Amino acid sequence: MTGVDDRETTDTREGGPAPGLDNPDVANRGRAPGAGDVVGGAAERAAGTSGPNTLTREGPAEPRGAEQALTGQAGGRTPSTTGGRRKRGDKNAVVPDAEFTSYYGRPIVKAAPWAHDIPAYLFMGGVAAGSSLLAAGADVSDRPALRRTGRLGSIVGLTLSLVALVHDLGRPARFHHMLRVAKPTSPMSVGTWILPAYGPFAGLAAASELRGLLPRALRTGLVGRLLGSSGRPAGLVAAAVAPAVASYTAVLLSDTSTPTWHAAHRHLPFVFVGSASAASGGLGMIGAPVAEARPARRLAVGGALLELAVEHKMEQAMGITAEPLHEGSAGRLMRTSKILTVGGVLGTLAVGGRSRLGAAASGAALLAGSACLRFGVFDAGQESARDPRYTVVPQRERVERQGRTHLN
Amino acid sequence: MTNSFYGPLADPAGDAGWVDGDHQPRKGFFTDTSVCIGCKACEVACKEWNAVPDDGMNWLGSSYDNSGALGASTWRHVKFIEQPKPLGAQQAGMEGTAAGVSVTDVLNRAADSALAGDRSTLGSTNRVDLGMPTTTLPGQVDGAQRTEFRWLMESDVCKHCTHAACLDVCPTGSLFRTEFGTVVVQDDICNGCGYCVPACPFGVIDRRVGEKGVTKNEGIAQKCTLCYDRIGDGLQPACATACPTQSIQYGDVDELRERAQKRVDALHAAGVHDARLYGENGHDGVGGLGAFFLLLDEPEVYGLPPDPVVTTRDLPEMWRKAALAAVAMLAGAVAVFGAGERR
Repeated sequence: MTGVDDRETTDTREGGPAPGLDNPDVANRGRAPGAGDVVGGAAERAAGTSGPNTLTREGPAEPRGAEQALTGQAGGRTPSTTGGRRKRGDKNAVVPDAEFTSYYGRPIVKAAPWAHDIPAYLFMGGVAAGSSLLAAGADVSDRPALRRTGRLGSIVGLTLSLVALVHDLGRPARFHHMLRVAKPTSPMSVGTWILPAYGPFAGLAAASELRGLLPRALRTGLVGRLLGSSGRPAGLVAAAVAPAVASYTAVLLSDTSTPTWHAAHRHLPFVFVGSASAASGGLGMIGAPVAEARPARRLAVGGALLELAVEHKMEQAMGITAEPLHEGSAGRLMRTSKILTVGGVLGTLAVGGRSRLGAAASGAALLAGSACLRFGVFDAGQESARDPRYTVVPQRERVERQGRTHLN
Repeated sequence: MTNSFYGPLADPAGDAGWVDGDHQPRKGFFTDTSVCIGCKACEVACKEWNAVPDDGMNWLGSSYDNSGALGASTWRHVKFIEQPKPLGAQQAGMEGTAAGVSVTDVLNRAADSALAGDRSTLGSTNRVDLGMPTTTLPGQVDGAQRTEFRWLMESDVCKHCTHAACLDVCPTGSLFRTEFGTVVVQDDICNGCGYCVPACPFGVIDRRVGEKGVTKNEGIAQKCTLCYDRIGDGLQPACATACPTQSIQYGDVDELRERAQKRVDALHAAGVHDARLYGENGHDGVGGLGAFFLLLDEPEVYGLPPDPVVTTRDLPEMWRKAALAAVAMLAGAVAVFGAGERR
């Protein structure tokens, strides 16, 4: 393994000193650490790391310095230094430059085998939940257009959610195996039992809303009358269960070993209910006339502010595992989400109560902002699982702070 | 019961409800990496006995490790780590001798192409220079010298945790605790929801990718069963049976822990001060491992998490926060209709 590495020339091209083997000093520094020694940071700096050494899943962007070819020493990928705040290099950081050791830079934990069905579900489930709340309130306070928007929004959101959930299974035909057990230790099982408590009632409320489409004979007959009288109670039951639909999905993500999702577990439920409120309020502003939509505007603004504030606090508490929220596609989604959500709030406050068009545009921005947040959080978690840095560094920090987890 | 989900738990099978005649002593593996020779007989025996399908023939450029990682179709995975230091007091006599010209670039290109497509989930790899010479003679490059050298090998496997996150999060009950205290997937129950995959703190279990209707158990979660079918008949698991150096030792976990402690003491006495046990302690964040290891370096060198904690530890707090958030949302919805003038 210690044969001559013929990459001195590429090292030079990278603009750093050539840590090739023909320079014994450099070679020794880079190559002779004791077991468990961590040379990642120093070695990367020596090689002039600022992007060229970035490893992608397609392979190295550029050939790396010889010292990085050593197993069990330098960590794997060096996340891009562009975009997003970087705490690495900060003198005050707990772990300077996140030096860590890995096995060929390979992931330790596995990323969830989930497609984008899942963040789409997080978004649509949130819209459905908030819409049921708005619909029930609109029903009781006699706002027919807002009620209609809420009821239809909830059933459309719920239906798309269920399609996404079943589609994402490895064996969709076995989706009913979820109903074999009820397990509080499995957020997915809890969700499985929340949805039947919510879905039929949201569906009944929506059916009541649509009874005008029935043929005249049915509409005026028993079916029509039953639908008419069951709309309100069904809507109220759906509204009572709806907040659980919006908040449990945060636990669904956090109850994993995926570093960024798990580290967010104290805050994510609040971020998600805020996002759901903003999105469903936005939908209400699109569907209901300005005169009826005051509660939707309030829910939207309140939800958006909760989401923005708690998301900020969440990142402060997450340490290094907040990094993926600022990098790559997840970073772009999170930034887009913030712009859309802030824009939606400002638009709502400025023209939401006067202009139907302005209200609809603000509502659309809030809906899009919520969707970007869900996809951003999802992608950031997946990225944190793929990079062993986010598994090793927080655990090493913990060991150094308090020793290995040891219970009596 | 106490500590069902976190903390020391002496008898996971009993805690799961196995009683009397059905309840068996806890079984597991002690994998002593100090005597592993990297023959991969365990990988082959596991594939053969369990009829685990092929998951790619690739040169990964990571020493002799070409299976990459544990996964749905790799239930034993031998890792190879090359380090420029001696093992204990061994002297290979190579230090300072001339080195040959490397073919690392050729290997890099091969590894890049091998990590494309489905294999890209293995991530990138820091190539190891194997020092394989080209046709030029060793020592033809000025100044290149060999260093001391040791080769670490470890046969990795499902840890059969005392507190298994995969089992906790499984929404179908497909994953269950056996009478031997191990954790096994029921193939006919799993619907491939994939939740166990990110839950595992070791990245062991995965959903099998393959051709629908052709690949066995395609789309469902798969991992080591500790050869549930064999140990029930009094046989050893296939990997332990095949291991020619007894690096993989199968038996009662209590006894294996004693044996492991003796072995690590002996290695320390012999001057191998790097030797340490991993996962043998029932007081750690996963309640101890049913399959634990003797390592010669830090866990992360072997791709193992340095201080794993079962995610279920934090679940009560997550449910509390989620309930609080739900109440906040309900209160907010009431407030937006309640306050101020109508409309």
